[in-house]
Amino acid sequence: MANLTPELERERQRINSIAQSAGLDYFDVIFELITYDQISQFAAYGGFPVRYPHWKFGMEYEHLSKSYEYGLSKIYEMVINTAPVYAYLMEGNSMMDQKLVMAHVYGHADFFKHNVWFGKTNRKMMDQMANHATRIRRYMDRYGVDIVEDFVDKCLSLENLIDRHQLSPSPIKFSEPAPINNAQFMLKYDKEYMRDYINPPSFVAEQKKKLQEEQARNSKSPFEPQKDILQFLLQFAPLTEWQQDILAIIRDEAYYFAPQGMTKTMNEGWASYWHTKLMTEKILNDSEVIDYADHHSGTVAMRPGGYNPYKVGIELFRDIEMRWNKGQFGREWDECDDVNERKHWDKKLGIGREKIFEVRKIYNDVTFIDEYLTEEFCVANKLFVYKFNKRTNQFEIDTRDFKAIKAKLLFQMTNFGQPIIKAVDANFENRGELLLSHLWEGIDMQPEYLNETIKNVFALWGRPVNLATVMDNEGLLFRFDGEKITQIKIGGSQSAG
Amino acid sequence: MSIREDQNRFRDIIKGKIKEDLRRFVGSSDMIGKRENDFVKIPLPHIEIPTFRYGPKQQGGVGQGQGQPGDGMDGEPQAGQGQAGDQPGEHQLEVEMSIDDLATILGEKLALPKIEPKGSKSIHSEKTRYSGLAPVGPEGLRHFKTSYKRALKRYVSSGTYDPNEGMIVPIRRDFQYRTFKKVIQPQTRAVIIYMMDVSGSMGEEQKEIVRLESFWINAWLRKHYKGIETRFIIHDAAAKEVDENTFFRTSESGGTLISSAYKLAQQMIEEDYPPHEWNIYPFHFSDGDNWSGEDTRLCVRMIKEFFIPYCNVFCYGQVDSKYGSGQFLKDLQKEFPNEEKLLTSTIESKDKILDSIKQFLGTGR
Repeated sequence: MANLTPELERERQRINSIAQSAGLDYFDVIFELITYDQISQFAAYGGFPVRYPHWKFGMEYEHLSKSYEYGLSKIYEMVINTAPVYAYLMEGNSMMDQKLVMAHVYGHADFFKHNVWFGKTNRKMMDQMANHATRIRRYMDRYGVDIVEDFVDKCLSLENLIDRHQLSPSPIKFSEPAPINNAQFMLKYDKEYMRDYINPPSFVAEQKKKLQEEQARNSKSPFEPQKDILQFLLQFAPLTEWQQDILAIIRDEAYYFAPQGMTKTMNEGWASYWHTKLMTEKILNDSEVIDYADHHSGTVAMRPGGYNPYKVGIELFRDIEMRWNKGQFGREWDECDDVNERKHWDKKLGIGREKIFEVRKIYNDVTFIDEYLTEEFCVANKLFVYKFNKRTNQFEIDTRDFKAIKAKLLFQMTNFGQPIIKAVDANFENRGELLLSHLWEGIDMQPEYLNETIKNVFALWGRPVNLATVMDNEGLLFRFDGEKITQIKIGGSQSAG
Repeated sequence: MSIREDQNRFRDIIKGKIKEDLRRFVGSSDMIGKRENDFVKIPLPHIEIPTFRYGPKQQGGVGQGQGQPGDGMDGEPQAGQGQAGDQPGEHQLEVEMSIDDLATILGEKLALPKIEPKGSKSIHSEKTRYSGLAPVGPEGLRHFKTSYKRALKRYVSSGTYDPNEGMIVPIRRDFQYRTFKKVIQPQTRAVIIYMMDVSGSMGEEQKEIVRLESFWINAWLRKHYKGIETRFIIHDAAAKEVDENTFFRTSESGGTLISSAYKLAQQMIEEDYPPHEWNIYPFHFSDGDNWSGEDTRLCVRMIKEFFIPYCNVFCYGQVDSKYGSGQFLKDLQKEFPNEEKLLTSTIESKDKILDSIKQFLGTGR
């Protein structure tokens, strides 16, 4: 990794001061110039130089480096949410490209610092990731690569089972069962030296384990169904110490990345908005304009049918700015239904810029869309809802109805587009079985994935695992007992709530 | 670099998965089609970690662009909304594997023994290497350094050496000349002669089976021999040599005279591949429907008198076809009940390719 060339450093300083005069504010940003191979590696690792050893990173790296080789995609920017912020530029890109990336990165850096959903993230995650890696490697050395990797695989399978609306993971409180001292189950002995004969250590250990298990079974299930299933497992599943540590690591990282998933549209929109503005108004020199237009149009292009967060995000921010400049909000506006009047509405308030700064602070994708997606916007941007048609076996356009579009977008963004699943009972049927419940809101879960994942939950829980959901309009209880999966019909459909 | 470790780990897992599912891979035509140099692109089943999630078909989504309700969408919609910062959405995974790696997997799965090339025992060629020294020889083969050193030694030991005086004059006795030694080198050259019956009774599917099987046989043999050669003979009632492409695409419609192919193969071997220098692997694929018993007897004689003695093995693979009687195989089995070097196999379908390969290559010849 190299520091910037003198020329690049000069540009960086210039862009930095332009960005700040425009109102962007961020922690120190450190740019590094790296090769395409390094940037693929970083990208595979989620932006960090070090991660715990796992084949999924290898897979991602392979995919990325092949894509680049075939000219399919070029990673332009890579920036991570830390303080100081680290950002990577790829060697070999043109000066115009690098300038664009820098402007874009400053946009992201401002977003990371100010958006409230990132408020509690661990900005020292660089060190933390390295620390996680060390711990996991140590376990691999001690217990064997296959065993540990297998366990990590299972944890990763469950890594989305967190509570995204918790801004940060709540500290893990382990339930405190009554301290077990060995005396409770040892047989009586007369002479001290007889102790180990009458109560061989293995016997004692076994009894202790039995007692612990019974305690675990009887301990309280959450009064309220709990979304943070990983925490639930950490508290109640019979895991060894190293397994607990690994599960905690996976959970920690999942919480770290969660805000990024929740604000993807806004974040990309914000960064794109700023790179466009700064590049066209201040940064580009005349000779670079064409290249810029070419690059920019590629980034914000819409593949037919594709949803491009860069595009929707940037257009929404622009729309908000325009509306707040012209006063196109508020009760009067909402109540006006004269098309002509709406089209020419301009109160010349000029507070658009101020407004978008406020928006980038408070909202996440869901509230952003909920509040600011308008019918005019959908029409102007040609948005539609698509669905899969089983008859023709292809995806097709369903509707352009505004309410449907909004509902669909919101649904996809809520909980990060993942089904909401809660842990309900740790002693289901009084047999120590785990009961999970899927909050069904009209969309079925993917069945093959469900089957495989429930097996992984079982692997951690140790006893049968049940998942209540709805599939094909029928309430079903999926149950895995270690050998096979059964489905039992539940009376009535399990509805949201 | 830890990403390399992760990448290697990933590849190991892939190899494991391929091995598990090898039967299906071996019978899969689209994989062989995507060949670039020595690499093959393999579409893999899910190697993703499963999670509780929606599928794209269940979910649908929001898109942008032109179109009316009911219009189909081009291509697959992006499934990448709202993912965590470090992973893009589902991707159809295609992994590159070298053919050599695949052959290794095949070998492991089928427990194929390594081939003992004839070269290690009886095939050898003599090469002359100029690696020795002698006191006499032509001036052109004079070895300068050794000669000079000997002169220097003489000077030093007789006390006439003066470090300041750079010139050393060698005499006749100092000179050394390169001479040759005969070196016996085991030869591991191999040729595969593919013969295929392209008469009317061999259909597209049968030819596809032959194509797949020959791909794998090639891959395996190539691992053991440097510079393997392949020759292709097609025949119906007459035989001719062709190139690889033609081999797999032709269909004639004549009758079938298997001996025509065997004659041509024999001719090829006699002209180009002296058996004491070459490991020869003839493979013949047919649906077993030879023209006459007379011709079959001729083939049997050729196998007995020529192919078995001179080749490593003689392999006959019979594919099932609704027009073929499959008689040839029966005849061979009758005539050669115990011949180790004659390997036969029936290949009923693509699924059976793997077993057939085991039969052909499982003897370590």
